Amino acid sequence: MNDDVRELYQQIILDHNKSPRNFREIDPADRVVEAYNPLCGDHYTIYLNVVDEHVTDISFQGAGCAISKASASVMTELIKGKSVDEAVALFDHFHDLVTGQQSADPWEQGKLAAFAGVRDYPARVKCASLGWHTMKAALTTESDTISTE
Amino acid sequence: MEKSNGATGEADLMVDPSRLPQEVRNDFPILARRVGGNSLAYLDNAATTQKPLAVIEAIDRYYHRFNANVHRGVHTLSQEATDLYEEARRTVARFLNAPSEKNIVFVRGCTEAINLVAGSYGVENIGEGDEIVLSAMEHHSNIVPWQLLCERTGAQLRVIPMNEEGELLLPEYEQLLNERTKLVCVVHVSNALGTINPVEQIIDTAHARGIPVLLDGAQATAHGSVDVRELDVDFYTLSGHKVFGPTGIGALFAKSEILASMPPYHGGGEMIRSVTFETTTYADPPARFEAGTPNIAGAIGLAAALEYVLNTGRDRIRAWERELLVYGTERLREIDGLRLIGTAREKTSILSFTLDFAHPHDVGTILDGEGVAVRTGHHCTQPVMAFYGIPATTRASLAFYNTKEEIDRLVDALEKVREIFG
Repeated sequence: MNDDVRELYQQIILDHNKSPRNFREIDPADRVVEAYNPLCGDHYTIYLNVVDEHVTDISFQGAGCAISKASASVMTELIKGKSVDEAVALFDHFHDLVTGQQSADPWEQGKLAAFAGVRDYPARVKCASLGWHTMKAALTTESDTISTE
Repeated sequence: MEKSNGATGEADLMVDPSRLPQEVRNDFPILARRVGGNSLAYLDNAATTQKPLAVIEAIDRYYHRFNANVHRGVHTLSQEATDLYEEARRTVARFLNAPSEKNIVFVRGCTEAINLVAGSYGVENIGEGDEIVLSAMEHHSNIVPWQLLCERTGAQLRVIPMNEEGELLLPEYEQLLNERTKLVCVVHVSNALGTINPVEQIIDTAHARGIPVLLDGAQATAHGSVDVRELDVDFYTLSGHKVFGPTGIGALFAKSEILASMPPYHGGGEMIRSVTFETTTYADPPARFEAGTPNIAGAIGLAAALEYVLNTGRDRIRAWERELLVYGTERLREIDGLRLIGTAREKTSILSFTLDFAHPHDVGTILDGEGVAVRTGHHCTQPVMAFYGIPATTRASLAFYNTKEEIDRLVDALEKVREIFG
């Protein structure tokens, strides 16, 4: 087996792909934003409730590859309870991690570190970022559809 | 696609097609590449084919010895470049068995060829309330140009449906045709499903009502003979890079009287007879449709590719690919949880599938780690994906240089996908 592929498909990613967390609809939700990658057809809806500038609840539904689904799942776990500013800071952190602008430190980053392998697969960076971009857009813009294109 | 044609002068010896890969693989230097520590198994030929040395060297030779602009200079190089370019046009005509090289317009590829027909013939002949008939398995390149035309003119699209196997429903097709139908545009071979459409019947049915037909030949030309005269087709498009030639070059075939009636598509140099600031008269086809300095090296490379295919023998290519298709289909059917998408009786060597335990995008990444290059995604055929209720497929598309061992490597790599995801 190619070791790089094992590095990419770490146990955390496989686990979140198989059993995604917060994989449900929030109804009613303060923000509902669609995420779409026209290249591969990944398609998710992200639901958010924000009270006093804090994400009180976040969930997602949809279908896509293991990387995009696991990444969105981990994202919902990490964002829940965070302030909007903290969420945006986490987005920046994740973005730097998967694009290779920052090295992975498993002690500090926990579940995020599992996505550091994506940097070796430029074609998959969009998969890993899709849910994160959508979350950020839901918190900082009026847009209700996010496309990777 | 079955007929071999004496007029092309091609070798149609049926001597043991299974020897084909070992005979030709050394002609394709890229096939010796290694990817991530594995030898390359290139199974993405429907996206683009690899190029034989004959093509690479023809382009190299052109830039080393003959490079000059065509159709203008009186100097030696310009004359030689012009001769090579026009000889390439004759080769394309011979490859498609067109009546004359004057029926061949050089374009960038099928996409441009279809846009040319839509923007010239379409604007001239298709108006409000008219209908254009397409099929359910068209590539976006044979949908969007017609949608753009419809937006401009008020014409409408009608779609020939297909069955679960990915075969067009001909009775339904016939019912779509009426006095408002102005053009039928169908893909010859589906890039997503591999289906070889019954184009003879499609053309006959349309012609019986006086309706012209365009065939998108992008996927057909690499896998067997195409005879535009025998088909009596009105427009046929070819993409060079799908048939072992360079990217950025292709050809539009159209019947003489149709080409003669068509207004220019692009304006510029090369396509005029005379220009004043008051009025311009246009050159005869095909020059009328080739504004600007053409892709000279590309045309020469394309001709080299077509000669290579003719020398290899299209019947022989077809026979070997059919064997690969049968073998690949059998091997893939052994895999639990694999669903073949596109199981038409008449197929080229395209194996499109989904796995119930992994998403195509993940499959593609893991296969790449094993040196197996396939395409994953919607293959620019989103309506086909919607028909099957899937977002994407993994597609292995085989050419005559592929081997059964490479299919075995695909199957082994899919088992590794199962190890990770199963």
